[in-house]
Amino acid sequence: MQNSDAPLSRLSECVTGARDTIPMLIGAAPFGVIFGTLVTVSPVSLWQGQLMSLAVYAGSSQFIGLGLISAQASFLVVWATTLIVNLRHVLYAATLLPHLRRLPTRWRLLLGLLLTDEVFAVSHASQRRQPGRTFGHWHMLGSGVAMYLNWQFWTLAGLLFGSEFPGLQSLGLDFAMVATFIAIVVPQLTNLRSVAAALTAGSLAFAWHDWPYKLGLLAAVVAGVAVGVLLSRNRNRDGELAGHSEVRP
Amino acid sequence: MNTFWTIFGMAALTYLTKALVLMLGERVTFSPGLRTALEFVPVTVLTAIITPMVLAPHGGAAELNWRNPQLVASLCAILVSALTRHMLLTIVVALGVFFAWQYGMA
Repeated sequence: MQNSDAPLSRLSECVTGARDTIPMLIGAAPFGVIFGTLVTVSPVSLWQGQLMSLAVYAGSSQFIGLGLISAQASFLVVWATTLIVNLRHVLYAATLLPHLRRLPTRWRLLLGLLLTDEVFAVSHASQRRQPGRTFGHWHMLGSGVAMYLNWQFWTLAGLLFGSEFPGLQSLGLDFAMVATFIAIVVPQLTNLRSVAAALTAGSLAFAWHDWPYKLGLLAAVVAGVAVGVLLSRNRNRDGELAGHSEVRP
Repeated sequence: MNTFWTIFGMAALTYLTKALVLMLGERVTFSPGLRTALEFVPVTVLTAIITPMVLAPHGGAAELNWRNPQLVASLCAILVSALTRHMLLTIVVALGVFFAWQYGMA
């Protein structure tokens, strides 16, 4: 009985994952087209541009990498920059690991490939809403595959027809990502600690947003997390104090 | 180093940042302190990504006024989400306000 239901639950998790990602697909589309368009006016050939989307598959490092290659930067600079820009993925993987650690190796290899800002946001939110689902990883797969194919499609569109869509950036389609992230974050702000951590990270990320290589973002996240941890410590100490007062006669 | 190998290296390094921790799987356990820290990653990183997009949608200086559709729609989204905790409703209202504001003002 359970076995006959399993394929259906997998499929339904997969479809739900893709469906939960729809606003992100819309939000990423203009960036895919813009990336493809930029490749056409760079020294990078069309197939190499598509190769970047297929193999690197990380929007911000693709933009920065393309810029550095166009500026004839040394490959070492490109690689070092790529590593720094992508460091936030380590945090995503560590956050998701408790849900994924028991999966077979090939699953973890595949989900690693598909991990992006958007897929992390959608998958983590889904795990948070309904933790411990047997086929929860299929939700992440659906989200990741949708995001991956979407990025390939819009990169190709930009490579082939990019010059015919000027002003794509001013449409504001990227606001779909902002709206989704707000819808994910606000319900998680259930205590003062998370509010303080989020406000710290947000205001510092804004103050530092012109730091190179997304370092401002990374530093803002570290500061926000530090504030959260610090406030958690105080809470633990208060808890102990309360415990002491209870045993007092 | 030609462009192909530069891209190849970019791909390898990106994949490393995404998959290394996942590959460790059950071999790695996090200390309670680290677990507490990781709890704050989602809210901080997502807020850090979008705040500059909302406050300074054109890059450069902050646009803290009602003519900034990103800001107006985000404030509406925060309100709707705080009141209802409904994800889809929040997104639909935010996008509705955003496009109405953006094209209504043009």
